[in-house]
Amino acid sequence: MTFGNMSIESIKILFEYMLKASGVTLSVFFYTLLFSLPLGLVVSLGRMTKCKLINIPVKIYLNIMRGTPLILQLMFWYFAPYYIAEIRLDRTVAAIVAFTFNYAAYFAEIYRAGIESVPKGQWEAAEVLGFGKIQTFFKIILPQVVKRILPPMSNEFMTLVKDTALAQVIGVAEMYQLATKNMSSQSSIVPLIMAGVFYFVMNLVVQQAFNAAEKKLSYYK
Amino acid sequence: MAILEVSNIQKSFGKLQVLKDVSFKADDGEIVSIIGSSGSGKSTLLRCINRLETVDAGTIVVDDQTMVSEVNGKTTYADKSVLRAIRLKTGLVFQNFNLFPHYTVLRNIIEAPIKVLGMSKEEAEAQAMEILKKLGLEAKKDSYPQELSGGQSQRVSIARALALKPKILFFDEPTSALDPELTNEVLKVIRSLADMHMTMIIVTHEMEFAKELSDKIIFMDNGVIAAEGTPDEIFNSDNLRIKEFLGNYRA
Repeated sequence: MTFGNMSIESIKILFEYMLKASGVTLSVFFYTLLFSLPLGLVVSLGRMTKCKLINIPVKIYLNIMRGTPLILQLMFWYFAPYYIAEIRLDRTVAAIVAFTFNYAAYFAEIYRAGIESVPKGQWEAAEVLGFGKIQTFFKIILPQVVKRILPPMSNEFMTLVKDTALAQVIGVAEMYQLATKNMSSQSSIVPLIMAGVFYFVMNLVVQQAFNAAEKKLSYYK
Repeated sequence: MAILEVSNIQKSFGKLQVLKDVSFKADDGEIVSIIGSSGSGKSTLLRCINRLETVDAGTIVVDDQTMVSEVNGKTTYADKSVLRAIRLKTGLVFQNFNLFPHYTVLRNIIEAPIKVLGMSKEEAEAQAMEILKKLGLEAKKDSYPQELSGGQSQRVSIARALALKPKILFFDEPTSALDPELTNEVLKVIRSLADMHMTMIIVTHEMEFAKELSDKIIFMDNGVIAAEGTPDEIFNSDNLRIKEFLGNYRA
């Protein structure tokens, strides 16, 4: 029996390969978040400081990251070290670096919107109670920011799941690359559909996680 | 003995001079009400004393510690340790409460004593419960601010300020966000603090309350203290500006 030009047996084999490739996708996803979430916070603070020596370079960084194609940035991080200094980055590492710097820019702007939306009175109340600035930020402001930015952050997380497919331009063996290669070799659309289902399921999990987080934080306004 | 001494304070926002040479004193245990129309500088004065704004010129002394003064013709703030010591001697209650929405009532109150004063959790909780009991809010200790009425919120914010045992408690229009019924609820609490001889500086639009409770009333107009005196002196003043202002309330 075949399905879309592929035997059940070869679909099974493809599924196993897809599982392996999804590991690459997931590791790009998680490492990118691991580095870009805190980096975004630093960037957003840099964006908000009044010191021009910091906030002007940060603004330029934000404009470049958000103003140029991510696929171009991926190529840049993989090839620039080689052409400039003959350093070859591992493909996956280059992809994680590119995603990290790109996503940190978007996260930074979301953080900024969240931080600026917390009423000034929260800072003032904490200040007159004797809390320091850093204490106030982490104990009073940030928890409220997290709650406020969950919806836009879920957008970004879901986009990142899908954007990992771009890593194939620098030869990262992730799901999209596997799917397109098999589509040609097997003359079948099944690999593409299978990859689509994988991305979809991953994002379903992301969505559920955000729903749960929103629910968990719904005990206050 | 003066516990608060404000001398020749000036404060501008851009070109707008909000405080023009303001001076006043408050004695230990005294209740001073600051009245005046919106934009007269009352809140800015309170915010300057609580260091939410910096003054452009002048001297502020709290409980014999100088917060800011003129040194060689330059307005100079004291060093951090002094400012910190002063911070702990003063409390401020805001018009819109500014409770921390992600903390329960109890946690709103104990957080500063634990994190700022280094009190143990047990001690802070025991003290908080004592204050809550006094304000009739023990049943609300596990509630979140969104579950409270405006009056309850303001009482919790008073409890939060009291938990640091301030020597002076400042109120910035504490009842302006409340309806008359809730206003009375909060005024009752402030009255009970007066009975405990808490030094209080209250910016308010509640004229009857100011008249009844204050030892001294300061009338601000256009960035200056236009009159200062006992409630009797202010409410029976011949000053036209005061008469005009108070007349708006009687009407």
